Amino acid sequence: MRSQVVMMRWFVVRGVAPGAGWGFVIVGFLAPLLLWCAVSYVPWLWHPDILVESPGGSQTFAAGMRVPVAAFAAENAALAAAGSAPATGQAVNPVFLPAPHAVAVAFVTAFTTPPRRTGDPWLHESLLHSCALIAQGFGLAILVGVPLGILCGAYAGMSRLIEPFTDFLRYLPAPAFGALAVAIFGISDGPKISIIVLATVLPTILVIANTTRSLDKALIDAAATLGASNRQVLLRVVLPGIAPAVWNDLRILLGAAWTTLIVAELIGQMSGISFFINQQGKYRNYDFVFVGIIAIGLVGLLTDQILAAIGRLLFPWKRTS
Amino acid sequence: MRSEPPFDPIARAARIAARPVVLEARGLGKTYPGAKGRVPALSGIDLAIRRREFVTVVGPSGSGKSTLARILAGLDEHDSGEVLVDGHPVRGPGRDRGMVFQAYSLFPWLTVMGNVMTGPRFAGNGRDAARSIALQYLELVGLEHLADRWPHQLSGGQRQRVAIARALANEPRVLLMDEPFGALDPHTRATLQGNLIDLWFNIPITIIFITHDLDEAVLLADRIVVLGGPDADHAGGWLRETITVPLPVPRTPDVVLSPEFRAVRERLDSLIHPAEPPRPRERIPVYRLAAAGDDVR
Repeated sequence: MRSQVVMMRWFVVRGVAPGAGWGFVIVGFLAPLLLWCAVSYVPWLWHPDILVESPGGSQTFAAGMRVPVAAFAAENAALAAAGSAPATGQAVNPVFLPAPHAVAVAFVTAFTTPPRRTGDPWLHESLLHSCALIAQGFGLAILVGVPLGILCGAYAGMSRLIEPFTDFLRYLPAPAFGALAVAIFGISDGPKISIIVLATVLPTILVIANTTRSLDKALIDAAATLGASNRQVLLRVVLPGIAPAVWNDLRILLGAAWTTLIVAELIGQMSGISFFINQQGKYRNYDFVFVGIIAIGLVGLLTDQILAAIGRLLFPWKRTS
Repeated sequence: MRSEPPFDPIARAARIAARPVVLEARGLGKTYPGAKGRVPALSGIDLAIRRREFVTVVGPSGSGKSTLARILAGLDEHDSGEVLVDGHPVRGPGRDRGMVFQAYSLFPWLTVMGNVMTGPRFAGNGRDAARSIALQYLELVGLEHLADRWPHQLSGGQRQRVAIARALANEPRVLLMDEPFGALDPHTRATLQGNLIDLWFNIPITIIFITHDLDEAVLLADRIVVLGGPDADHAGGWLRETITVPLPVPRTPDVVLSPEFRAVRERLDSLIHPAEPPRPRERIPVYRLAAAGDDVR
């Protein structure tokens, strides 16, 4: 009987929000981290390569080389048959999967030591540049997309005029316009911002139009019987009525903006966090590659949480039970 | 000591009939698009509601009670006949016809005060003027102490009183109420019925009140409009009968014990729930009762 009650409490669809779910949040973050630790630190779990420490009598190996376990064994068998000293080495993971501690060290290093090549941006400079691109691109998309979406949701004519064509455009991948954008806006930030705008403004229009249409019609009826003009219905009922839902929509669309950003930054002159990740990849500094990827995730998580908190301040009338 | 003269329902009906007509429906009809052409929802509705009259509208489901209210409010289109307010035809909703909905429909982003201020604000009043009007009507429904609450913090009965105050703050010619107490528990409903009777008796309002509760219809009304559902002669709702309630106002709940009340109530019953042949009771085999293991005797 008690388990039944507990089940109902956690089954959010039934309308009971779990009050304290922090344990689950922590497990949600910890589980993948523990898996990563296990794969990195427990030798028999994976470790398909051997990091050669001394080549022994081998002519083909050198200290610091990574060779597959099978090749290492074959070479040692050949060396033993020839009577030479065997090569020694340690079982390791491939270079593209650094251990957690290495990434943690790289995280600190990336913020404290200057980039290897003078003139290359620091990690925080790369991140800031990416954030600036998002702010400009997504900001423009909001300025255009939200009003258009609201108009589409409020007026049938606007909806027919804009939505079908937007739906068509939406299926064209924005980065496909990269060459065109470079031709129009040059090679610096212009084409990147335009790609972000193009990729986010279309879903913004469609999502906001739907949100506008989903406003409780009874509220519009009530306003009409209170003598509201169409203008007053739009400005004093529709806008405040959909504002919290629009705020949440924008939080989700911001994620889409980040997705596009990574591709957009590769267009023209590479820049921002994508440049950082690519550059580190070229140096085979995969610990720094991980740092770049995790930094994006942290920035995204942080901004989303800040926006959620601002939303709670902006819309105190939303039931929070 | 002088005793009260006995109540004369005919004289009262004559006094009401002498008042000017506030809201009139002439040959009102509405059709819905259906699979095979247009399906009538309402036809041939003629009504004349006089100043300060309290009219309730009852009818079986499918008789178009709510549709009628929405047409009178201007929220639904009608395709024949016309609606007149003070003799002038109206199309679409307007502040002359206030409406109270079953689902309250308060604006959740406004406080109680903000909600009641809405009508006066729409009409172009400044914030201070609207606030003083709103306060007056909040006091009328006894909720001035909840002025700063959000709607979601109120009980159903409180919400509906705010909705009534909000509609009245516009000083409408007619207040339309579409099953306003339908979602409330019986106790709250009885309280709000009493409040509404007081309100109607003390301020000059004309009310059209849709309900499916026949006791409520008799308790509140000067006049009951009975709509008929679809039958052999009518595809949709139609105006079946109008009954004048021969009881003095304002009424108290004990009026339900009076013979006049019972008579009207029985008349409504016979119109809305026509006697059906009693259905033979299903016989449950004895072995199933035995299997259940309980003996109610």
